[in-house]
Amino acid sequence: MNLDFSDDQKLLQEEAKKFLTKEDALKINRAVMDSDKTFDQGLWDKIVELGWTGIRIPEEYQGLGLSHLELCVIAEELGRQLAPVPFSSSVYLFTEALIEFGSEQQKNSILPKLVSGDVIGTLAIAETNSAPHKDNILVELKDGKLSGTKIAVPDAEVATHAVVVAKNGDSVSLCVVDLNSNDVEINVQRNIDESRGYYSVSFNDVDAEIIGDEDSGWSNLEKIMDHAAVLFSFEQIGGAQASLDMANTYAKERYAFGRPIGSFQSMKHKLADMYVALTLAKSNSFYGAWALSSNAAELPTAAATARVSATKAFQLCSQENIQTHGGNGFTWEYDCHMFYKRSKVLSLNLGSLPSWREKLIKSLEQANVKL
Amino acid sequence: MDFNDTPQEAEFRAKCRTWLEANAELKTKKTNSAKNMNVGNKSLLEAAAEWQKKKYDAGWAMIHWPKEFGGIGATPIERIIWAQEESKFNVPKGVYEIGLGMAGPVMMEYATDEQKERYLPPMAEGKEIWCQLFSEPSAGSDVAGLRSKAVQDGENWIVNGQKVWTSGAHFSDYGILVVRHDPSLEKHKGLTFFFVDMKSPGIEVKPIKQLTGGSSFNEVYFNDVVIPDSQRLGEIGDGWKVAITTLMNERLAVGDADGVDANEAFELAKKHDKDGEQLIDNNAVRESIADWYCEASGLKNTKLRTMSALSRGDTPGPEASITKIVSANKLQAIGNFGMDSSDMSGMLMDEESDFIKFQMAWMGAAGLRIAGGTDEILKNIIAERVLGLPQEARADKGLAFKDIPSGS
Repeated sequence: MNLDFSDDQKLLQEEAKKFLTKEDALKINRAVMDSDKTFDQGLWDKIVELGWTGIRIPEEYQGLGLSHLELCVIAEELGRQLAPVPFSSSVYLFTEALIEFGSEQQKNSILPKLVSGDVIGTLAIAETNSAPHKDNILVELKDGKLSGTKIAVPDAEVATHAVVVAKNGDSVSLCVVDLNSNDVEINVQRNIDESRGYYSVSFNDVDAEIIGDEDSGWSNLEKIMDHAAVLFSFEQIGGAQASLDMANTYAKERYAFGRPIGSFQSMKHKLADMYVALTLAKSNSFYGAWALSSNAAELPTAAATARVSATKAFQLCSQENIQTHGGNGFTWEYDCHMFYKRSKVLSLNLGSLPSWREKLIKSLEQANVKL
Repeated sequence: MDFNDTPQEAEFRAKCRTWLEANAELKTKKTNSAKNMNVGNKSLLEAAAEWQKKKYDAGWAMIHWPKEFGGIGATPIERIIWAQEESKFNVPKGVYEIGLGMAGPVMMEYATDEQKERYLPPMAEGKEIWCQLFSEPSAGSDVAGLRSKAVQDGENWIVNGQKVWTSGAHFSDYGILVVRHDPSLEKHKGLTFFFVDMKSPGIEVKPIKQLTGGSSFNEVYFNDVVIPDSQRLGEIGDGWKVAITTLMNERLAVGDADGVDANEAFELAKKHDKDGEQLIDNNAVRESIADWYCEASGLKNTKLRTMSALSRGDTPGPEASITKIVSANKLQAIGNFGMDSSDMSGMLMDEESDFIKFQMAWMGAAGLRIAGGTDEILKNIIAERVLGLPQEARADKGLAFKDIPSGS
């Protein structure tokens, strides 16, 4: 029985933590929020140099050829310190799609450039204010050309490429597009987290190459989402732990009515509730990491379980961290709001909490998984 | 990461399994009913005694104990493997858990060698049943506020007072007991710990009828009960320290709330209709079941993380402290859901129907949220011991016990 990371993986996590602390990722995140930028180039360059973008890419394509487990421990640290980089879009979504569904030729031409940082990728799904579904995808692929508009595409400005979900005759296909093409128009969309960028992306007869089986686009997308759900859940538990730690420190230092506020039972119970939610989420994320790294049949259920728990935990911890800080928590000056905002975009970026609860029940109905 | 036993663990599990298969019956849906859990019924006592003796004779009764007291010196991970395997079989429960889980460790730590030799083997064999006498009418969550009095009289102590919520006192042979030997000292300093023969003159046991209608625990009255000083465990005034050892063991022993879970709610929702649609097609129902599933899965995986640490030979983290809070509340919610799913007839009980499990869960959970530490006390423990938050300001600090306000 070993539902835990190996010593080597824990060492990698420790190194990632030290690196991000030394770089002061949280301060960089604040600087990004105070500017009109949506990510930090300097931090991203160093992350590429460390090889993190190639963790899962096989050695034959110049990557490190490691497993999802190494990616999970890095994700937890990026989440803990809110690193403002396009890592989730490029690594958890785009790279996973390429590794899973790319042709030999697509892998050869793109994977080495993801390692070197010459390519940054993203995934474009949403088009309307309703949850995406295989029947409401209107961006269309016809004779190798893509047309239509996607919205809320993460990191589209810095990304060089995107995997796009497109209607292709009667079915849905995934295709790869070069975002630097003249026929692509990218416009920033205002969003709740000033340290992240979301964009509308319009395609006007742009060259696009199908990736994966052309009729299996939707089920392939669901598989990519299952992978990403586990990886996102580690960013979420990292952020939840940081929020709980902040609340805990503040509850010990802040005095009211002549004693630390952490000595009041109402505060203790609040923080205990945060600890409970985080512990459940962490354990489920470990299970998701096992299912992902071993390509287990339970992956859809394990991924949705990790996703639902981690979303609930980060949302609860970041919102109650503000509450614990009182008025200070509502200011721009304190860091609480950065976690609150990140918790919500991490949740919505892959589809809302209700959507994932629904996926979980569907997976139970289909797989007949028992506890 | 993997879910496999190490080769040694697999070998041990196979050994457990072989013996269990030869000596007990695997659980089936039918045998795993709520009815089997009732305590205080003669035939259950006999069945439990028989099973305990069988285990003892084969060396399975208290496997983590040293050989001389009937164990095999098993490691913590082997203890868990045995418990996992035993729980798959339909064996009698509810008689020996408190004695073996709480009285056993205290005797092991504080009794003299002669006492251990005299009391531990019969405890493991199931010949003698033990109970735990801590709570009092005015000392529940604040158990150190207990008032039962012990006065020293030469080689003996004379005990007067009342204990309450004592599970199994009506069929127990011995009990472990905390009493106040000096009310002029501070609350935690005036306590002393004993074990007592439950057949001693002056002990009177009265069953308490629970909201379920059953009676698994009791009030126990002490009227001039004589306890030899040789039955004191720990020094005079060390009663609180000794009690804490027991309470920590109790928290491990109470653990998971048994009963209906997300899977049963899921199956039920497929059977019931509302306004012409299956309940499982109702969004609110789907969301609730998803959340219960995540909690159940989170608890299961938390246990696996604890096991992983034990398997490596490490001390587990504090993560298991969430178990009872989460499982008892989930049980209550699922019990409620089950009855609601039958709408106007949800209150009707039928012993023959599976549906009664939801009603039993709903009733039992109300007690589980209190037993072995209320939700509120357990959250205080997480806040103080895990997160390191400061203690609540107290109105009893530094006062002699007799001067502490009691509201009466």
